[in-house]
Amino acid sequence: MASIDIAAIRKAYGSTHVLHGVDLTIKDGEFVVLVGPSGCGKSTLLRMIAGLEDISSGEIRIGGRRVNDLDPKDRDIAMVFQSYALYPHMTVAENMSYSLRLRKTAKDKIATAIAGAGAKLGLGALMERRPKALSGGQRQRVAMGRAIVRAPKAFLFDEPLSNLDARLREQMRGEIKKLHQDLGATSIYVTHDQIEAMTLADRIVAMNAGIVQQVGSPLDLYDRPANLFVAGFMGSPAMNMFAGTYRNSGGAPRVELADGIAVPVGEGIAATDGARVTLGIRPEHVVVTRGGGPGIQAFIDLVEPTGFGTILHASAFGSDVKAFSLERGLATRGDTVSVAFPVDRIHLFDHEHGARIG
Amino acid sequence: MMRPKRLGFTILHRAAILAYIAFALFPLFWLLKVSITPNDLLYGEGVRMWPSRSTFDHYVFVLEHSDFPLFFRNSLIVSLSTAFIVTALASIAGYALSRFAFRGKFWIVGLMLLTQMFPLVMLIAPIFKILSPLGLTNSLTGLIIVYVAFNVPFATFLMQSFFDGIPKDLEEAAMIDGATRFKAFRQIILPLTLPGIAATLGFVFTAAWSELLFALMLISGVDASTFPVGLLSFVSKFSVDFGQMMAAGVLALIPACLFFFFIQRYLVQGLTAGAVKG
Repeated sequence: MASIDIAAIRKAYGSTHVLHGVDLTIKDGEFVVLVGPSGCGKSTLLRMIAGLEDISSGEIRIGGRRVNDLDPKDRDIAMVFQSYALYPHMTVAENMSYSLRLRKTAKDKIATAIAGAGAKLGLGALMERRPKALSGGQRQRVAMGRAIVRAPKAFLFDEPLSNLDARLREQMRGEIKKLHQDLGATSIYVTHDQIEAMTLADRIVAMNAGIVQQVGSPLDLYDRPANLFVAGFMGSPAMNMFAGTYRNSGGAPRVELADGIAVPVGEGIAATDGARVTLGIRPEHVVVTRGGGPGIQAFIDLVEPTGFGTILHASAFGSDVKAFSLERGLATRGDTVSVAFPVDRIHLFDHEHGARIG
Repeated sequence: MMRPKRLGFTILHRAAILAYIAFALFPLFWLLKVSITPNDLLYGEGVRMWPSRSTFDHYVFVLEHSDFPLFFRNSLIVSLSTAFIVTALASIAGYALSRFAFRGKFWIVGLMLLTQMFPLVMLIAPIFKILSPLGLTNSLTGLIIVYVAFNVPFATFLMQSFFDGIPKDLEEAAMIDGATRFKAFRQIILPLTLPGIAATLGFVFTAAWSELLFALMLISGVDASTFPVGLLSFVSKFSVDFGQMMAAGVLALIPACLFFFFIQRYLVQGLTAGAVKG
């Protein structure tokens, strides 16, 4: 096990810059998830840590040792690929033991390691099968087994669950988390799925366009997104965002939205009177009341029951307001309701740069 | 039950395949037929599908009283050497073209394509001029060198397409597992490319086995003649000994058939199935 230090890492392919200086320290035993839309550079960063991509500038240290110029084989890391990358001409046992055989580990030690990993992952009966005789979930487990037999310094996961169907993904997600709790291994996990990021991570690194947008615990990112990108990326259904103008003269601080609607906001907002802002509120925090209660009048356009709760789409002040409610049958299409945005649930962002201002 | 319309299509489809096979195999059948037809019946019976009397005399003559066994041995040496050398070179070059970005790659590929554009006849004189002072005319080594040179470009493209079909993830996984790039190539990628290697071996072997032009131009003595050149020795100024020529032809088919028999299981095998998501 080891810590990983990433300092001012840049990557460019010719004149195309993929990573614009990433700094990140991953503590020993920590589970860090790199999350972001495709093309944000998260996989490239992972592959640079693995040694599969050259480092244009900056430095990567694994366990204190500079690895910039080390081959992947000398970095002592294990990686689980999205495609699993199982060797098709080898059995499950051979796949899992390949790294140990390359290191000329003693036969009895290999057997113990494989049996241990096989038992942990429930692969015992499949040891003599070839990958093509396995289901997707089983292949996924073999790929994990191949990584854990080695007891490497760190595990790297490159979207390992993306090829599985939804139910299996959920199950494997739980297994990966359990495995991490068992082994306590330093892990870096790349995904574009914010639910995977939320559920697995000790810390999330949200990336966009080659720049780290925010680093923090899952709930940090969810409750206090540092900017519009993180606010919009984390959470499903996504956060409501409305353009407005901040006012703090002639009354309490408020944001004026379209149609002359003013929403009260908290104190200590880093903006001047008249500044253009974006107001964000998560659907589950929008309070919907039937009939003409206090709040903003809205009309229900669309009702999406999810079983767990209900997503309501309401139109008000010329925008679509999404609300999520655990209560069933709160409203039906065509109803008039009132929606309210509680002051302590409101996120405010600078309109131009998207940075959080309150 | 199949509906009559579909049944009709199926019959038509099979009949078309059958007709094609018959068309493709007919020359081979004729070769066999002539090779066992006694000389006196060859012209005497007109066009018949099978002679009224058959004989193996032609085979006996070819094997015992001609230089054919020597030609045969020469052909085998030249073709096998060419096939193995070309496949080894093409594997390495094809892998490089498939996996690496390097300076001048575009031009190298372009030049390799260019070599495929010239009619070989144009090149005979210069090649002779090059090989002659090196003492490589009238020698099997010279012939092998020429065949290798002409087959490497196409074989490289062929191998490259097979490597392109193997996911990069596999060798990256191997390298992370602790293999050097060369070890990953040898232990992971090569075994998966066996169908491609078999196809390349087969292709180059047949090309070298049946090559006539260079063999004829670069070799003048009997000692270094290959069998296509040997076949021509049955054509004399006044007659063509068709029976013996065809018997030699049938014999020449045997190694090619054997070769394909041994590699065919690799040719049809889809070994990569299940490597990545499936």
